[in-house]
Amino acid sequence: MINAVKQPQSVVLLGGTSEIGLAIVRALPTARLQRVVLAGRPSERLAAAVDELAAGLAGVDVSSVEFDADRPDTHAEVLDSIAAGGDIDVIIVAFGVLGDQEEINAEPAAALPLIQTNYVGGASALLQSADLLRRQGRGSIIVLSSVAGDRARASNFVYGSTKAGLDALAQGLSDSLVDAGVSVLVVRPGFVHTRMTEGLTEAPFATTAEAVAADTAKAWAAGKHVVYSPPVLRAVMGAMKALPRPVFRKVSAR
Amino acid sequence: MYQRNELLTGWGRTAASAATVALPAPGEDPRVALESVVRDPHRAARGLVARGLGRSYGDSAQNGGGLVLKLPSGGLLLDSDSGTLTAEAGTSLDEILRVIVPQGWFVPVTPGTRYVTVGGAIAADIHGKNHHRDGTFGAHVRSLDLLTADGQVRTLRPDSADEFERDLFAATVGGMGLTGVILRATFGLLPIETSKILVDTRRTRDLDDVMERMVAADDSATYSVAWIDSVAKGKRFGRGVLTTGEHAPLAALTGPDLKDPTGYNPSMLASAPPFVPGGLLTPLTVRAFNEAWYRKAPLSRDAEVQSIPAFFHPLDGVGDWNRIYGPKGFLQYQFAVPDSGAHVVRLALEELQRIGAPSFLSVLKRFGPDNGFPLSFPMKGWTLALDLPAAVDSLGSTLDSLDEAVLAAGGRFYLAKDSRTTPATLAAGYPQIDRFRAVKAAIDPDHLFVSDQSRRLGL
Repeated sequence: MINAVKQPQSVVLLGGTSEIGLAIVRALPTARLQRVVLAGRPSERLAAAVDELAAGLAGVDVSSVEFDADRPDTHAEVLDSIAAGGDIDVIIVAFGVLGDQEEINAEPAAALPLIQTNYVGGASALLQSADLLRRQGRGSIIVLSSVAGDRARASNFVYGSTKAGLDALAQGLSDSLVDAGVSVLVVRPGFVHTRMTEGLTEAPFATTAEAVAADTAKAWAAGKHVVYSPPVLRAVMGAMKALPRPVFRKVSAR
Repeated sequence: MYQRNELLTGWGRTAASAATVALPAPGEDPRVALESVVRDPHRAARGLVARGLGRSYGDSAQNGGGLVLKLPSGGLLLDSDSGTLTAEAGTSLDEILRVIVPQGWFVPVTPGTRYVTVGGAIAADIHGKNHHRDGTFGAHVRSLDLLTADGQVRTLRPDSADEFERDLFAATVGGMGLTGVILRATFGLLPIETSKILVDTRRTRDLDDVMERMVAADDSATYSVAWIDSVAKGKRFGRGVLTTGEHAPLAALTGPDLKDPTGYNPSMLASAPPFVPGGLLTPLTVRAFNEAWYRKAPLSRDAEVQSIPAFFHPLDGVGDWNRIYGPKGFLQYQFAVPDSGAHVVRLALEELQRIGAPSFLSVLKRFGPDNGFPLSFPMKGWTLALDLPAAVDSLGSTLDSLDEAVLAAGGRFYLAKDSRTTPATLAAGYPQIDRFRAVKAAIDPDHLFVSDQSRRLGL
């Protein structure tokens, strides 16, 4: 139950090894936290994430369940199995892959797994999460989108398109849930230093998983529906979207 | 049975959840609602809870994804020989007072609002300004009808020959609707000669002054309550206005009041607008309000004749006043501590001042002895209630540390007000909670009667 001062008791992270996702779990109010479930493909990294999180959250039951973003047919079942252990207050949808645009340019079929994970898997996880929370009559979803979805650029437009699709879905879903007691927060980070972006050239306004998590937790507590991280990107992306295409091509190629 | 989906909150307008609200018509059997839940495994898993007028501040009367049962008001049976009233659970004290006051009767206990139902009054085991004398509402209940999970309607009395029935009565009074649905009750009334109250008012210098005067008033006053200026600092810290009252005998009335000694005409003066932006109640505006409220009270005045609404239900004059806190809502922090824990009253006021949480409704009361019901809130000593905007930074952590001070002093928290505490903190304040749990396990083994609050607190 999320109480009157916005302290949740249970949090589920879909994409249990996501650095930003884990940082959000830690950044949300922990005073009433009783249970955290990290959902992901079984791996040493997932087990380590459970241990590390449990070490920082005394008295909280931290566990993992098997969850495969690429198998949407199993998503409902996994969520139901988690809910069997008690109501879920917050579901964070944090899985995703960056893909390799150059590889896709050379071999179009390479786009399909990226689309499958980010959009098909993401949409399925979002819709199934919303359905579960609707049956509970309450709860919050936090979904990781990206500024890459605000205006797709030549260097990663397939990734951008998957985030644009997921973002649009999340916003429409959010409006459809107004009377259901369920809220959706869309998080649009800029360039974040994580495993996913290792070795890539840093973009302007680059940030860290912890900073994104702090912005997210603040926006969640305030009942916001969309948050940019860092917050300045709201204005920056507003300007980017207004740029004429030749100018945007030049700016975004930098 | 008419049903609709609704987003529900408590009076504090925080932590909303959506539920199916069932509204039986007068005369329609509420068992139909219970059966519809029991029959369907998905609905049974989310259970049901009864809701009155939604005056509990937190999540007591909401049930996300489940059923919420709103019983209708109904006819009243006044037995003037025994001085008792039988009322349907959905009937409000407002409706009751309109009928009984002109006939020379008063309810044994009234809270600060008359917009509570009989079912809610029993489920929360409410108290009023006369608790130190007359105990809780539940202490005056002679019998109640309870619809339990097995579909039976049981008539329960506090003095039943059957031990389980006595235990079930005790667990139901203050049990927040978790033992079943209260359908109707019979309770004792207080005979009154007039509908007027003789009120003594004292402006008090500081917290010690008001607390000393209240202890002194324990034996002399039937009704007593103090409003505390929560923002006054320094020498004036804890200053307030103490009011005590007695039902006016006929001999005390003069002039126009004599024409109709038991006349009763409550009316709503104004209503808060439907939407109020956040940030209206700031430390500055609350300070101004508190200053004006303190100055408005006479330094000392005796035996002023006041009406029942003016003395007992001043806020009912403003409809939907809970909206003034804006969209983020508010919460009420109310605790009880024994006399030995009086220092916690000071600590709470100091801590909330420190974080700049403006409370313009801070009420201090004396409690008499507890009534032995396992989840009944009042205990001999003090109770302080503070309305606080939910949006204040660090409110959660400050209240958590106050919780510890309250528990350390042997105190406890009021379920009808709670919207944020923990299962452990609640249980620590109620030494008889296992007695409640044992009755619950026996009468509702499948946890059919649940609320957002009972899930949050593991009740």
